[in-house]
Amino acid sequence: MRKDYRLEKRKYVIAGFLLVVAFIFAVRLYELQLGDSRYKEFADINAFLKKTQYPSRGLIYDRNDELIVFNQPAYDVMMIPRDVKDLDTLEFCQTLGLTKEQLLKRFDDMKDKRLNPGYSTYTPQKLISHLSAQEYGRLQEKLYRFPGFFIQQRILRQYNHTSAGNILGNIGEVGPRDIERDPYYQRGDYKGDQGIEKSYEEYLRGVKGVEILIRDAHGRIKGRYNDGANDVAPISGRNLKLSIDINLQQYAESLMVNKIGAVVAIEPQTGEILAMVSSPTYDPNLLVGRQRGKNYAMLQADPEKPLFDRALMGAYPPGSTFKPSQGLILLQEGIITLTTQYPCYRGYINGGLRVGCHGHGSPLALKPALQTSCNAFFCWGLKNMLDTKRAKYGSAANAFEVWKNHLVSLGYGYKLGVDLPSEGRGFIPNAKFYNKIYGENHWSANTIISIAIGQGEILATPLQIANLCATIANRGWFITPHVVKEIEDTVMPPDLLKKRIPTIDHQHFVDVAEGMRMAVTGGTCRLANLPDIEVCGKTGTAQNPHGKDHSAFIGFAPYQDPKIAVCVYVENAGFGATFGVPIGSLVMEKYLKGEISPSRKYIEERMLNSNTKIYSGVKKH
Amino acid sequence: MELRNTKQQSPWRSVDWITIALYLVLVLMGALSIYAASYEFDGTSFWDFQGFSGKQIHWIGVALVVALVVMLIDARMYDTYAYPIYVAMIGLLIVTIFIAPDVKGSRSWIVLGSFSIQPAEFAKFATSLALAKLFSGYGFSLNAKSSNYARALGIIFLPVVLILAQKETGSALAYMALFFVLYREGMSGLTLLAALFAVVIFVVSVKYSEGITMGIPTGEFAVFIIIMVIMLGMLLIYCKNLEVTRNVLIWFVGTAVIACIVELFGVEVPGTWFFLGVIGVASVYCLVEFLRAPMQKLMITIATVVLSITFLFSVNYVFNNVLEPHQQMRIKVTLGLEQDLRGAGYNVNQSKIAIGSGGFFGKGFLKGTQTKLSYVPEQHTDFIFCTIGEEEGFWGTMTVMALFVILILRVIWLSERQPTTFSRVYGYCLASILLFHFCINIGMVIGICPVIGIPLPFFSYGGSSLLGFTLLLFVFLRLDAARRDSLAY
Repeated sequence: MRKDYRLEKRKYVIAGFLLVVAFIFAVRLYELQLGDSRYKEFADINAFLKKTQYPSRGLIYDRNDELIVFNQPAYDVMMIPRDVKDLDTLEFCQTLGLTKEQLLKRFDDMKDKRLNPGYSTYTPQKLISHLSAQEYGRLQEKLYRFPGFFIQQRILRQYNHTSAGNILGNIGEVGPRDIERDPYYQRGDYKGDQGIEKSYEEYLRGVKGVEILIRDAHGRIKGRYNDGANDVAPISGRNLKLSIDINLQQYAESLMVNKIGAVVAIEPQTGEILAMVSSPTYDPNLLVGRQRGKNYAMLQADPEKPLFDRALMGAYPPGSTFKPSQGLILLQEGIITLTTQYPCYRGYINGGLRVGCHGHGSPLALKPALQTSCNAFFCWGLKNMLDTKRAKYGSAANAFEVWKNHLVSLGYGYKLGVDLPSEGRGFIPNAKFYNKIYGENHWSANTIISIAIGQGEILATPLQIANLCATIANRGWFITPHVVKEIEDTVMPPDLLKKRIPTIDHQHFVDVAEGMRMAVTGGTCRLANLPDIEVCGKTGTAQNPHGKDHSAFIGFAPYQDPKIAVCVYVENAGFGATFGVPIGSLVMEKYLKGEISPSRKYIEERMLNSNTKIYSGVKKH
Repeated sequence: MELRNTKQQSPWRSVDWITIALYLVLVLMGALSIYAASYEFDGTSFWDFQGFSGKQIHWIGVALVVALVVMLIDARMYDTYAYPIYVAMIGLLIVTIFIAPDVKGSRSWIVLGSFSIQPAEFAKFATSLALAKLFSGYGFSLNAKSSNYARALGIIFLPVVLILAQKETGSALAYMALFFVLYREGMSGLTLLAALFAVVIFVVSVKYSEGITMGIPTGEFAVFIIIMVIMLGMLLIYCKNLEVTRNVLIWFVGTAVIACIVELFGVEVPGTWFFLGVIGVASVYCLVEFLRAPMQKLMITIATVVLSITFLFSVNYVFNNVLEPHQQMRIKVTLGLEQDLRGAGYNVNQSKIAIGSGGFFGKGFLKGTQTKLSYVPEQHTDFIFCTIGEEEGFWGTMTVMALFVILILRVIWLSERQPTTFSRVYGYCLASILLFHFCINIGMVIGICPVIGIPLPFFSYGGSSLLGFTLLLFVFLRLDAARRDSLAY
């Protein structure tokens, strides 16, 4: 039989069909195997159960190595939705003491992409946090009956003291935005919220480890991947040693009970903060575990705003505690010398303006003016700088800028850069600010004269005020105040420890310090005159729109070789001498001597038991 | 007028060693893949008779013996006994329906002591012999008379019906491959085009059945458009009738423009009636043209259009009423209409993960996690290709594909050099069946076609499949080796 050559050509059609199909397959395989890396991930998600190993969080000690913050275990119920099979809802609810509705609500919340953007049926999802020990025990026993669920041990904080909540901060569960911002976090993780816990989060948290287990299609664990060679052990967080003296902190907090305000104590040579009280304060234990949310809301709703760190964020008129800085600027600018005297006829009277003062000799020079806290002296000083001697600067505005720049160099007007989150910057106006209010060349010293005595537009945080005091104690330099003294196995960031030198000469600080010494020996701060320690100080009584004057005090001791500089600020408590001086002097005495001398016990008694909240109206900060 | 060498050559001298080498490589790779697929991380031995690979090794031994026996038998025996073998196999298939135990709804396994065989795997061999025998009849031509078609189709569909009765849909579908043989032996190419067209209509109308265009499902709308384009194409290229083409084109475009304008004014045009009307008028016009100047091709065009529309309307019925729910689901998964990663889509999804995670060089032999941890079901049988993809990567899948393509092309080439119709048709049967298994099996594993449970020849675990294909292949090699013995029948 002859071959039909027309039909033989059909072999090309069949072979062509084969080649076309093979080509399509090749393209598809290229896509699958080389074009899409997700499949590798999917395979790993299938086969490897990655159990996160949580490191223990760094511990926190005070400057005397007393343990303040440590860890306690907590147990979260986790689930991998894909692995959950035939859940006996009733039994599950009974074991955990939940109602069915609560459980279903939890499931819904978990699947809600808004609340939980990382939701995936393949990865562990947190169902319930912080089981109690009994619940944990009950669940542990029955866990084998609930496939897809497991218990994740986590770490909560525990505190040895009830104080320093504002400094320590706390830890809270990460939110969707944290996860977005830093892929280190997974849902259910904890991270520092406020305080040291937040600003030193990266040191404290350590590094999570992972244990890789092999899991087959039925969810059975078949062993460790690669004999554990690919596991990563967690690295514990670094311990911190604070500059805080926890005993001093507790003592200062007790003095501030029933008062609203702040106390900041700094070691001048190092910039280390010894105590930083914001009153009213709160017990850090409130913000631990399952009660955290509820308590947090409660603290937030409190009209006295305990969560608002007044020492760091409060913006207060510094009042007369501002005068030493004025003395420094006037001396530096040559507006006055130590012998320059200004008159005070119970106040500064000029151009129809009167700033009241109290009875003392007149005329007087800088040191007595600091001693007696004379308002008129500093008003005249500013008047001379901005008006009478303005030729030196060209205009009042230029003179004002010089004045402002000196204050900025002293740490006012901007954040100091403390190692805590959410520091406030206070407020120091500049010439532009007044130009805007009054019009260019339409303002002079008298327009703004109250800033000479730390009133008017001037605002400062208690930390800034304390820092000024430390700068005077050091006679002309300071180190950025900070609360962490040492980080385990790490060098402190050098910027934090750098000497910062203001634009004012050393000698002027010496003179101002002498004036502040005189205030203690024979002026407004006599109550701070400790029997065997030379204390320097300056009171402040700040008028404010909220009611009774704020009572303020700055002081350092000893006069030579100071070990502590303090700022006390008590809202609506009246004269600086009534609350500021006693509290400040008690804090210094406690720190320097360890106890209060019997002759001063009555002051301590009075401060512990007094209540100034009654004078304060509604607080607005 | 017979010319026959009295002295027969030893089959080993003229046998095609290339094909044998390809066969051996594929079978060996298959055994290694089965070992890898069923290997547990705690490690069973390759030779362990309890393990799948151990069993497969024994089956390979049996297969080699079968191959040897096949080679030793006189080539003429296969020609002579083609029909008896076919009849015996049909008998066995019938018997199987009654004596086979029910395994997951299918009654296709005959249990013989400790092992069982699946006659359907051997029926392909018998059917190929019978088909070859039919075509080699003196003066047989497919197109000579329609009863020849009936006989060919009868030979093909008899086992198909029996295998469907055993509930082995996949195996039964494999017989559709034999249409390639009919095509090679003279069946009109239009039949293949029609089949392709039917697949397109089916896929388009099912895949886009969700959306609504002009008041009818988008799929249906698209199919109408396709039918109109095909009609124009056939009039122009197949009938070469320029005038009719032009008139129909003007009619289509004109009505489409009117429909668009009417729609713009917010009047809903009833899609089904619109298209039926437009295409109907065009068909009637063609019919009138046909009556004026009878031309068979014009009639075929009209028939194509009418059949296509009928097919379109029956697709939904077939899909919803004839296919079983799990089959509907598999098709929907393939078309991307459903995910169902825990049900119908699970296999394919896991197999895609396995293959996709292999990358270029793969994870290494015995290092695949998807297959070791039994994420891919049926990984040693129908989904064996996953193991290659995961452990040997793109490089491995390309190699295996290349081996198959070379093997099939080689068989086609060998078939064409056969001096007898019997050998050639038999060779094409082999090539077509291999081609079909290759397309469907790999297509399903990589998610291009729906899951149809048929094995990858020589690779998949299973004695029946291996023996069936070995028999099929070596009988052809035996025929090929004897090609010089007889110049012609």
